[in-house]
Amino acid sequence: MIPSIPLASAAAAIAEFWAGLPVTPLQAVLIIPAMAVVLLALIPAYRLGALLNVLASGLTFFAGASLLLDPRYRTDILIVDDFNIYLVILTTFVAFTTSIFSASYIGHELETGRLTPRFLRYYHALYQAMTGAMNVALVANNVGLLWVGVEVATLTTVMMVGIYRTPEAVEAAWKYFILGSVGIALAFFGTILVYLVAQEVVGEGLQAMAWDTMRASASRFDPKLLSLAFVFLLVGYGTKVGLAPFHAWLPDAHAEGPTPISAVLSGLLLNVALYALLRFKMILAANAATINVGLILIALGLISLIFAGFMLYRRRDIKRLFAYSSIEHMGVITFAFGMGGPLANFAGLLHMTMHSLTKSAIFFAVGHIAQVKGTQRIADIKGLSASHPVLAVGLALGVIAIAGLPPFGVFTSEFMLLSSTFARQPWLAVALVFGLVVAFGALILRLSDVMFGEASGPPGKIKATYAPLFLHLALVLAAGLWLPEPVVRWFRAVATQLG
Amino acid sequence: MHNIGFDVAHLLAGSMLCLSFVLLYQDRMTAVLNVFALQAIALSLSVAWQAYIQEAPHLLITAVIAVVMKGFVIPAALHRIVRRLGIHREIEKVIAAGPVMLIGLGLVALSILLVLPVGQSVSLLAREDLAFALAVILLGLLMMITRYNAVTQIVGFMSLENGLVLAATGAKGMPLVVEISVAFSVLIAFIVFGIFVFRIRERFDTVDVGALDQFRGERRDQT
Repeated sequence: MIPSIPLASAAAAIAEFWAGLPVTPLQAVLIIPAMAVVLLALIPAYRLGALLNVLASGLTFFAGASLLLDPRYRTDILIVDDFNIYLVILTTFVAFTTSIFSASYIGHELETGRLTPRFLRYYHALYQAMTGAMNVALVANNVGLLWVGVEVATLTTVMMVGIYRTPEAVEAAWKYFILGSVGIALAFFGTILVYLVAQEVVGEGLQAMAWDTMRASASRFDPKLLSLAFVFLLVGYGTKVGLAPFHAWLPDAHAEGPTPISAVLSGLLLNVALYALLRFKMILAANAATINVGLILIALGLISLIFAGFMLYRRRDIKRLFAYSSIEHMGVITFAFGMGGPLANFAGLLHMTMHSLTKSAIFFAVGHIAQVKGTQRIADIKGLSASHPVLAVGLALGVIAIAGLPPFGVFTSEFMLLSSTFARQPWLAVALVFGLVVAFGALILRLSDVMFGEASGPPGKIKATYAPLFLHLALVLAAGLWLPEPVVRWFRAVATQLG
Repeated sequence: MHNIGFDVAHLLAGSMLCLSFVLLYQDRMTAVLNVFALQAIALSLSVAWQAYIQEAPHLLITAVIAVVMKGFVIPAALHRIVRRLGIHREIEKVIAAGPVMLIGLGLVALSILLVLPVGQSVSLLAREDLAFALAVILLGLLMMITRYNAVTQIVGFMSLENGLVLAATGAKGMPLVVEISVAFSVLIAFIVFGIFVFRIRERFDTVDVGALDQFRGERRDQT
């Protein structure tokens, strides 16, 4: 047990710290990245840039965590509630650890000449722009602002995916951009439709775009138009989530971009898009006459899960492998929210957190591996356990966790989801188990390829820091063993809210 | 008075839709850019008319942004890029105009069938505007799919965004923040696209996106 007295005094100290500043933690979450963008765009020196990037990300995380002190806030523009506060903390945390990983990763890329300082010039500024945009999307109450956040985050990642300027990277970025823009255009059309529906009931102007106002009066909305709007939103934001028929951009973008970007794409941006979708789902849930959103999400989730599970077997590129694994897990999460109900929603929220932490940890490991071995081809990465034991342990633990083996947190959430599905829809649970087992087999198979056999490639030393990797794994392990009471209570509250 | 408002809004949105069709079968680069500029001007007139009938002067800002940026600045810049790349005389392979036009007609029918019957609560004008806008969006999408050239894909995308702005301004009293963001996103999109056009050229000596195909994904493992 954590003694509560020091915790309370720490909270008081933090509250006092913020009281002395002219900004609130919520403002800071948005302002720090914005200021960092300007500052970093002016600094061409990459070492200083990397350092400032870590610093800014750390401060943003501190501000994000400080939101806990005063967790409720709402205007027509911004909102902080139980649902998004945990995602803000998760996002700022992973953005922080990834910035630490990124600092060492980028240093190595420059040494080997894969990147030159000229191409790197705006990398750190873009990184901050992306985290800032994701924070905007998360704390937005205005659904238009939510859209802007997702849009800006997408455009910044597009630029970063193309940063190596190899033909593959350019193609991946182009594909990502085309599919991403089409998706986001449809999402915007859906947003306009939602506004049209809302303004008939709530009246014109900002309050008709405020999510909580809409939710409160959703029962009086025109159900047909609302359903139509959701279809557009689903295709639009669903593209960003990487759900199966709209996923084509995802493996390329993850495989060809710099690994820190793969980590944040997988761990954060997919979450943010899903979060947007869930916000709209909550509006539809408040209106009984609309289409059954749950059913659609279940179908999309299962398709993504099973499709990705099979695709995992044919991967030869290690980053592409884990990109498909992200599609698989987004499928699981979407399925969970589609099932709905307190237990499945709880499982979905937990799985979202666990997947973010585990997948970014795996990408940290994969980034180091690709750097020491000089390749991303699985066939060329062999005997890792002999040549780089620490890294091998990190990757193995990550893969074991993401494959859903106990005692890691992913197992906990998948188990909860399975038991809740078995109790209500046994046949769906069979399909779910099938998908999970298929993916499990592929991951373990590929892991053994990488781990054992004759060590190949240069036995280069790694100067990088392992701290973010093992910190994430420790958190996932801790969550698998014991979920703290406040966290459980909190997830429960959100799960009921999600309906 | 009300009828005139309705009719003019129809006329302008309808002319945008017609220009979308014209865009679909253009095979010369300069013609594509000129038609796009015309569509942007039709858009700005349409937005200005909405500003008048909705008594929402802030929409005029959107109209001005549309006409200045998408009517003149961006087409001029694209003309320049096209000339610099030496493709201004090029005739682009387009998938046969007949089928594309038929698919386009189908998409228009689809958007009318989708939007018009639902939402009786929303005014007819807003719904018809939305149907037009959705048709323009889908035709832009179609153009992006049926073209091979990066520059024409850009134009398809921006024509799609014209549809978005039409939809946003047709929704009565939609807060300005969104319109600015749309204009802004177009600008960013343009910058990004511009960079990409040059990068693709730099890498492949062509702006034909088909040239990218050979590098797709994991195929390189086998070679």
